[in-house]
Amino acid sequence: MDRPIRVLVAKPGLDGHDRGAKVIARALRDAGMEVIYTGLRQTPEQIVAAAIQEDVDVVAMSILSGAHNHLFPRVVNLLKEEGVDDVLIIGGGVIPEDDIPFLLESGIEAIFTPGTSTKDVIEFIKNNLKR
Amino acid sequence: MFDGKKINEIKTSIDRWEKETVEKTISRFPERKEKFTTGSNAEVKRLYTPVDIKDFDYEEDLGYPGEYPYTRGVQPTMYRGRLWTMRQYAGFATAEESNERYKYLLEQGQTGLSVAFDLPTQIGYDSDHPLAEGEVGKVGVAIDSLKDMEVLFDGIPLDKVSTSMTINAPASVLLAMYIAVAEKQGVSKDKLRGTIQNDILKEYIARGTYIFPPEPSMRLITNIFEYCSREVPKWNTISISGYHVREAGSTAVQEVAFTLANGIAYVEAAINAGLDVDDFAPRLSFFFNAHNDLLEEVAKYRAARRLWARIMKERFKAKNPKSMQLKFHTQTAGSTLTAQQPDNNIIRVTIQTLAAVLGGTQSLHTNSRDEALALPTEESVRIALRTQQIVAYESGVTETVDPLAGSYYVESLTNKIEEEAIRYIEKIDELGGAPKAIEKGYIQREIQNAAYRYQMEIESGERIVVGVNKFQIEETEKKEILKVDRTVELNQKEKLARLKKERNNEEVERVLKLLKEKAETDENLMPYILDAVKAYATLGEICDVLREVFSEYEQSVIL
Amino acid sequence: MNIEERLLKGDKRACARLITMLESNDMEAVEILKRLYKNTGNAYVIGVTGPPGAGKSTLTDKLVKELRKKDKKVGIIAIDPTSPFSGGAILGDRIRMNDLSLDKNVFIRSMGTRGSLGGMSRATWGAVKVLDIFGCDYIFIETVGVGQSEVDIVKTADTVLMVMVPNLGDDIQAIKAGIMEIADVFAINKSDLDGADKTKLEVEMNLDLNENTDYRPPVVKVSAAKNKDIDVLLEKIIEHRRHLEETNKLEERRIRNNKMELLKMVEEDLMSLILDKAVKEDLLERLARDVTLRKTDPYTAKDEILKLVVNE
Repeated sequence: MDRPIRVLVAKPGLDGHDRGAKVIARALRDAGMEVIYTGLRQTPEQIVAAAIQEDVDVVAMSILSGAHNHLFPRVVNLLKEEGVDDVLIIGGGVIPEDDIPFLLESGIEAIFTPGTSTKDVIEFIKNNLKR
Repeated sequence: MFDGKKINEIKTSIDRWEKETVEKTISRFPERKEKFTTGSNAEVKRLYTPVDIKDFDYEEDLGYPGEYPYTRGVQPTMYRGRLWTMRQYAGFATAEESNERYKYLLEQGQTGLSVAFDLPTQIGYDSDHPLAEGEVGKVGVAIDSLKDMEVLFDGIPLDKVSTSMTINAPASVLLAMYIAVAEKQGVSKDKLRGTIQNDILKEYIARGTYIFPPEPSMRLITNIFEYCSREVPKWNTISISGYHVREAGSTAVQEVAFTLANGIAYVEAAINAGLDVDDFAPRLSFFFNAHNDLLEEVAKYRAARRLWARIMKERFKAKNPKSMQLKFHTQTAGSTLTAQQPDNNIIRVTIQTLAAVLGGTQSLHTNSRDEALALPTEESVRIALRTQQIVAYESGVTETVDPLAGSYYVESLTNKIEEEAIRYIEKIDELGGAPKAIEKGYIQREIQNAAYRYQMEIESGERIVVGVNKFQIEETEKKEILKVDRTVELNQKEKLARLKKERNNEEVERVLKLLKEKAETDENLMPYILDAVKAYATLGEICDVLREVFSEYEQSVIL
Repeated sequence: MNIEERLLKGDKRACARLITMLESNDMEAVEILKRLYKNTGNAYVIGVTGPPGAGKSTLTDKLVKELRKKDKKVGIIAIDPTSPFSGGAILGDRIRMNDLSLDKNVFIRSMGTRGSLGGMSRATWGAVKVLDIFGCDYIFIETVGVGQSEVDIVKTADTVLMVMVPNLGDDIQAIKAGIMEIADVFAINKSDLDGADKTKLEVEMNLDLNENTDYRPPVVKVSAAKNKDIDVLLEKIIEHRRHLEETNKLEERRIRNNKMELLKMVEEDLMSLILDKAVKEDLLERLARDVTLRKTDPYTAKDEILKLVVNE
């Protein structure tokens, strides 16, 4: 691909802990990607609308409040309903190990927990793009 | 403390030592790193000597515990008199569960309660708001109306306990509910003791649970200052928080600087609203982080105390000594907890506890080992509390006041943190004060740069985090964790629907309309908010009225 | 349904994908635009510029909401600088327009400048056409007024809105030098700040200096954050439009803009054609060496390079 990878970095849910999201956004930019940063308190509907209009390759979401089981799959399903099947969806935050299989099954392709290196996220994105 | 001649002698002998002794060793055994730094990236020298604190003036810089400038502590006897309050912040999904828990804790002899609210409550949404979906009861108790608050404190005599509430944007509403519950118990307002966090500026900077723009938010805060100084005199009206600033990735210096800059903004706002500094300043309290770099943290607390005392005395001309005392709560740093090998977190928390105690904290919350994974289990919470108790009863650091004073390193660090914090505060003053500096994104940018640098240091291996970028293991062991189930949300919605049917809706409409009218004037809103909660208007309804008048804060991206 | 039909039906995904294709210089997208060009011409383009921190995004957000009250369909292209070091970018304008995301009749697209020679203006002009076909009545192009290509883009709008804030200090000088003269409407944002009147006066005084036209740009004080006087500002923009239409200047202006777009495209294509060949055949390298060694002079060498295309 000779164009930059486009990534939507979003924080669904109500928690305001965006240190991780911002560090990731910056690391992705420094890796040559275009990051569309939408900030706090995004509803799944808003995330999907932004993902479509921005025609992103990746949707990266972060939650620390514990609402991930509810909100992450919502985004996946809404994208499906809109017929979007070429976007890589990843998530991060304080996510209990127990929840990870469910999230992976529901269509989040990777979950990154605290302590993940930004390099790993960048590598994962580069190796798992869908178009 | 040292005369010039002596200092020069020491300088000469340091040079000699470097040449004769150190160089010889280094040529054979080089040091581990070229540059040594604190947890906040400040350079650390090989050795600290009297030269590093040559202008040190004991009486002026340290003085005595319980006396200006309070560097050594705000109480004369510190932990020899009374240990710090071990106050564990805890959130339980429903008011019923929390109430049970509080009663249990009180039976065990605890006198302080600490209430964690769920995020919809913190942002002024009722449990049936679309944005609340999936969040109800998750990180704390869900409060929609006075009904929930009545259940939360049912059977708990509010004249006997002190209650700390972590609530900011809608602090006035929750405080009003607390007052209303007390009234129903027959407890008058002047007997109420407790704290509301009420620190909106750090929400814009770091924590994110804001509702309104800065201007009306500051008004709500000064309304509370004014109302409480008159009606609820024992209430701590604000807890100015550096904790979240640090969690967002700031350095120790930034934590002190930005917290005190926010403090200055609140004091100025209150003075501008016509209050006398000594009327409200004694009720200001602070909240700091305890990070891993033990000695830097100790220096941080000492520097913060001294700097605040000087600010209050010199800048604001406070007369009451209590106005100059920086009293603070501490929480161990959540961001230092690792998901990898979570038991290691117990040791981290121990070091952080020592830092807070050696730094003279008034109360402490210790994090649980599994908080990088989810809300803590009961067992983890117990270990966290035991950590405090071991430090309190077994470590011996409590037996004398400010035991690290006089250490060349600690005093030099204390000076340095104070000096650098002053520079930041001057810069913020130049920008027009903390609210303006936040609006311009200056403070956020400074923090984010520090956060990014920290992360890159970990990734390059420059900074070691045990179990994360060194000493990793393959982890298969199952980690037991706590979860909140979804029925909480449904129950809460049901209760809310019932309330809206059963209450006197005409009265609700009347009080909300009145509140709206008053919000458009300059009047103190506390009495009208109190009337509204008493009529069982919900938190969401009250905040919606205020949203209409004040509008909502819009985050600006600063990266 | 193919992407063409979907775009004509107002499908957001088709719209988004076509913009991506244009941004990556995809010839298929160009072919599609060739076929659909007849469907353009309905949208009115507003360029929004001003210094960083002036509140352009928030103001755009509020103007769009005002237009939505009139049931207009709106497209927004928000341009942020690409990092020259990594080629990446953080595009954060959307953050101030989040509640427009869900509006069926609003389309927001963030673009990075991507730094290449003029490539951005081409992609932006392409995106404007796509949004026009998509059915937008109004299209906003929002960009910081620094850099020649950004100025070029804004210049080609039908109405150029210049957003200023009080107390900018020296910045106003810099802006004055570059793009004051291309503005059709001035907004002094954050009108509640001290100094708003002074800034307004300064702008007015500047306008007094070139009082030689039949249209004098209005200067409107607004507060985007407080949603104050946005309707007044929109009215001024619409008045400018009316002025252009009534005096037949809109067509004139669009001819000028199209001339610029054509020239720009020709320039770019010629340039890449020449460079492609010259570099591939090592001609550039060889001629540069010869010029250095005084084997030839730069003028003859240039003619030799030009021959690459002139002969075709």
